[in-house]
Amino acid sequence: MGTTRTLRFTLNGEPVTTEAPSHWNVVELLQNRFNLYGARESCGQGLCGCCTVLVDGVAVSGCLSLAARVDGADVRTIEAPAATEDGLDDVQQAFIESGAFQCGYCTPGFVLMTRKLLDECPQPDDEDIRHYLSGNLCRCAAYPEIVAAVRLVAQRRATRG
Amino acid sequence: MTSTQGAVGQSIRRLEGRAKVTGRAQYVHTLRLPGMLHGKVFRSTVAHARLLGLDASAARALPGVHRVLVGQDILAVMPDPHYGPAFHDQPVLALDKVRYVGEPVALVLAEDPHVAEEAAALIVARYEPLPAVYDEVEAMDSTAVVHEVLKPAGTFPDLKHLQGKRDTNIALDYSLRRGDPDGAFASADHVFEHRFRTQQVLHVPLEPFVSAAVPGEGTLTLHTASQSPSFVRIEIARLLGWPENRVRVQVPYLGGGFGAKLYIKVEALAAAAALIVGRPVKIALTMEEQFFTLTKHAATLRIRSAVTREGRITARECEVWWNGGAYADIGPRITQKSGFTAPGPYDIEHVRIDSYALYTNLPPAGALRGFGIPQLVWAYESHTDMIARELGIDPVEMRRRNILREGRPQATGTVMRDAAIEQVLERTAERMRWSEAFDRGSGTRRRGRGIAIGFKASVSPTTSVAIVNIYADGSCALYCSTVDMGQGSDTAMAQIVSEVLGIDIDRITVVHPDTDVTPYDMATLGSRSTFHMGNAVRAAAEDARSKLIALAQDVGVSVETTPIGEIFRRKYGMQAGNVVGSGSFVPAYTPTDHHTGQSDNVTPFWMIGATGVEVEVDTETGQVTVNRLVNVGDAGRAINPAIVETQLSGAAIMQLGFTMTEQMRFRDGQCVNPSLADYRIPGILDIPAIIDNERVDATQSSGPFGAKGVGESGTFGVSPAIASAIEDAVGIRLTSLPITAESVLRALREQQGRPLQAD
Ligand code: FES
Ligand code: FES
Repeated sequence: MGTTRTLRFTLNGEPVTTEAPSHWNVVELLQNRFNLYGARESCGQGLCGCCTVLVDGVAVSGCLSLAARVDGADVRTIEAPAATEDGLDDVQQAFIESGAFQCGYCTPGFVLMTRKLLDECPQPDDEDIRHYLSGNLCRCAAYPEIVAAVRLVAQRRATRG
Repeated sequence: MTSTQGAVGQSIRRLEGRAKVTGRAQYVHTLRLPGMLHGKVFRSTVAHARLLGLDASAARALPGVHRVLVGQDILAVMPDPHYGPAFHDQPVLALDKVRYVGEPVALVLAEDPHVAEEAAALIVARYEPLPAVYDEVEAMDSTAVVHEVLKPAGTFPDLKHLQGKRDTNIALDYSLRRGDPDGAFASADHVFEHRFRTQQVLHVPLEPFVSAAVPGEGTLTLHTASQSPSFVRIEIARLLGWPENRVRVQVPYLGGGFGAKLYIKVEALAAAAALIVGRPVKIALTMEEQFFTLTKHAATLRIRSAVTREGRITARECEVWWNGGAYADIGPRITQKSGFTAPGPYDIEHVRIDSYALYTNLPPAGALRGFGIPQLVWAYESHTDMIARELGIDPVEMRRRNILREGRPQATGTVMRDAAIEQVLERTAERMRWSEAFDRGSGTRRRGRGIAIGFKASVSPTTSVAIVNIYADGSCALYCSTVDMGQGSDTAMAQIVSEVLGIDIDRITVVHPDTDVTPYDMATLGSRSTFHMGNAVRAAAEDARSKLIALAQDVGVSVETTPIGEIFRRKYGMQAGNVVGSGSFVPAYTPTDHHTGQSDNVTPFWMIGATGVEVEVDTETGQVTVNRLVNVGDAGRAINPAIVETQLSGAAIMQLGFTMTEQMRFRDGQCVNPSLADYRIPGILDIPAIIDNERVDATQSSGPFGAKGVGESGTFGVSPAIASAIEDAVGIRLTSLPITAESVLRALREQQGRPLQAD
């Protein structure tokens, strides 16, 4: 199978260079070259959000994007540590406190999308939350707890000013 | 040994929370092993045929292909390569016949999974087609016979009577006889009879099935996403003709299970391939392949009741046909264990049940969150509601008049104990404000409400073993083979240890299943772990505690006042040594009589779940919106209340999918919608605006600290509650799942005397 190509990009804040077969998708690139497993393939069709990564700040389905897509880009994955003492940001903290997961397979995707949502819309109502997260599936159906976690972060940020 | 932080009864946070929100939790699906090959499966495209030959030459010639394996190749390492928990009926790869579309026929191995996949598509099979049967009722006397000979596995003592039958598709028939149903029907004021159907659906864990096998020197290690590591070891050892100690099964976190990842799925194929080629082999199925691996039983149910003028049910007759697909998996056990609850949680004197596990030429069916109960509740609660409406009795009142109360015998003869059926019903009615006025909508938007209650027996006979190891600094580890697939068992088990030993939860590690390390457990299924493993863990912790007390006495101190680390230092002169406690739990059980289905002790505990819903129906489109979903369950005294509530709501939302949107569609035995694009599981937009979950205040006296299982209870009542709410809103009754806008609209148009054309 085909050729390889050289990719240079920024991964979680660090400049990286690697060779990758041109048929790999972004999930394979992250797993096979960088031992990052938080973006994981499930549906393989862009329908579940388990493979979400941020490419130049845009949420992308890693299963549908060829590795070449990240060449020259700024890539952030769930593994990027937050600039806090314990390495967790307020979204991750709220997911833990609200019990917003069961098996955890979908959780990285939901955490990344929640961060994006709150960047774009700091005080979302339930409708905003549902619509923004409607591209992510959770078979354990921790949806009510996920909505509660998002609300908790928004509320905390509001009171913090 | 006095502080009990994080102990029983508190909603402490999950132990693995941090690993899950940082994406660092380990799953087999993302496991990479040095030197491993990827296996891709070539599958049957016909539902029932003799396999005449395979041409794999093009696949073998593709650069990068390491090896192509066919059924005959497996014989080199597994002389009789058939597996299964009830029957040894499923071949590792098809041998002489294929029995469903999607059955594994060959395996391609390559270092690059893309190469393996491309090569698998190059394989060509030659078949001689055989007549096929798809419908469970037709399978009863079809001339198309899926298996010529049946070979019972003998795994479960309660299925001892399973016999090899020839020329039939009936894997198991279970019957129950109580009282004199014929007499009761003959003298009844009213007799009602209805027929119901449920569709094929599937589990869809977001982490699909996956196993990786690593050959050693006369040993084999399997990393597998399995809910039953102990069973996997025993079954793989049996297939290989090895003693158990040479097979090691390790299970990290699971990305969901729901009953799919039980017994053998891809483990045997990965094991055989790894031993044949002498290299690690990983087989990770795709989402699409899950549709060809295991489904939930579709079922046809006939139910008939004799009822007095006052609404007392005096007799009930149930006939259930379970569509087991091409291989029995655990279907026979579902047919029996769930079969005996078919009349529902009602006090009925005369009962007749006939329940049949049937083979058909569809993908195999197995356990799915409820073990057959949601199918039965769909029938008996719809039926009960229809009777109530027919007799003009309020549906809740109808249930009250018949409810199975504490101390009364269930259909098997087992007397009900610690089963809060009445309380669950009453709390559901209260939370629904059932006796208050209800806004019924107007114009084209009509509202209705419905309620349904179900119950389930726990699995038996069964064994759980646990080990608690106290370290010399006073921290400790729990070794148990319960699999945390998301239900939070690690946390609950650690809470039990914490409660007994007074060790802070942060100082307790739960060692994940590894059959070389963690002791035997039957499996993580049927909501059994909290009760069975919980009891074993409690016993192990208590054993460790008595040993620690003895150690303290030995060195002349008291455990109440001396820190654990100090006790060890006194004994060993330094931070050294261990205190190891072990415990096991085997509940008492009386098997059901093969002829009458009677037993005086049919289950270690009962699970109860009820659902109330409010729906709105758009009479122009048939669209149904569930506005309110109330889930009430009896979990005994919850070990971790927050986790229990998440289980109740998660189960109910899953069943909402099975009720409203999920359906595998088949054409000539082929599933034609094997993708999340065409098979729609609930998303965040499908969630009702109001979800209320409640655990009733109850105690399971035989459970650990009064607790029992709850993982499935939320599923029981959802489907019939919705169907009843729709009838309440618009006066139509649907008896077949799923309930789609189309099926509602069709029924509405029929009711108005202007039926829609068939499609
Ligand atoms: S795996 Fe990429 S969206 Fe589902
Ligand atoms: S937590 Fe299991 S899929 Fe979301």
